[in-house]
Amino acid sequence: MNLVLYEDEIRALEEVLQRLRQDSNARAVFLIDKNGQQLAGAGATDSIDTTSLASLTAGNVAATDGLAKLIGEREFSVLFHEGQREHIHISIVAKRAILVVIFDERSSLGLVRLRVKRAGQEFEKIFDLMERKARDAEAGGPEQRPTPFSEITDEDIDALFSD
Amino acid sequence: MTFINYAAKEINCKIVYYGPGLGGKTTNLQYIYSKTAPEAKGKMISLATETDRTLFFDFLPLDLGAIRGFTTRFHLYTVPGQVFYDASRKLILKGADGVVFVADSQRERMESNIESIRNLEVNLKEHGLDLKALPYALQFNKRDLPNILSVEELYRVLNFKREPTFEAVAPAGRGVFDTLKSVAKQILVELRKR
Repeated sequence: MNLVLYEDEIRALEEVLQRLRQDSNARAVFLIDKNGQQLAGAGATDSIDTTSLASLTAGNVAATDGLAKLIGEREFSVLFHEGQREHIHISIVAKRAILVVIFDERSSLGLVRLRVKRAGQEFEKIFDLMERKARDAEAGGPEQRPTPFSEITDEDIDALFSD
Repeated sequence: MTFINYAAKEINCKIVYYGPGLGGKTTNLQYIYSKTAPEAKGKMISLATETDRTLFFDFLPLDLGAIRGFTTRFHLYTVPGQVFYDASRKLILKGADGVVFVADSQRERMESNIESIRNLEVNLKEHGLDLKALPYALQFNKRDLPNILSVEELYRVLNFKREPTFEAVAPAGRGVFDTLKSVAKQILVELRKR
């Protein structure tokens, strides 16, 4: 199964991320899928290697998930890394995505936790809607959107690998 | 699980390099990293022990260019090959779109190859993935060493589903890009089907 995000869905996720960043006074916020792909971000995202951040965060969450199961817990839904200046708050939202908040002394752990909780509910609504649309599409319903990939030719693929 | 982002016009795929310990998975990624133009690659991350054995994973993001207006990104991961790291190995396989098995051609490593392929099959199943249906390439690495088995013998024992196979000497780059291209192509062909 593929994960497909359309422009309106990314926009909806980004709006919640923007609001979360402002309300929590964070430096940057990211939404990452559990396999390590970045879905959306807001804030000072240019100053951070977001690809590495996504992959390491997903690895971190996966390892922590493994630890939870070892001791009979379903999951540890929040991870917090405290640095000298910068801190990272990681949480699972809507059971399927990872929300990362990077903040410094201009914010606080309490404020981040509060705002993350609220944002989590909004993300849940967006993901539920996305899932419903995907199910409709699979059933051939009105939400079906065309895919450009069925048109890919062998030449297109070969062109990618020409030296 | 391929991630298609219509807003950024990107296709993101995950390829996992699997195989026994000291077989050359990390070396494959290091060679790819060293031979890829700076604009087409991200930072390579290696979570390794002090003695340079893979502890959790290596990660290398690659940008292969555009297809139908979509940038194709491949995220390459290696697993830790040592037997006792099985829990970590399982985690890395999650969401894999394709797998490269790096086999060690040395005679004394044959048992480890066989064990590792069995382990791959079992761990994929736990994620609901089936090696029979997954894009897959088999690499016979270390072809420059003296005590190696013939390609025919390796194929007879290790071939799983008549997958494409490649002879390789990873530190010198022989066979490295051919293996990667093979599995990447299979992934894109799969994408077309869906």
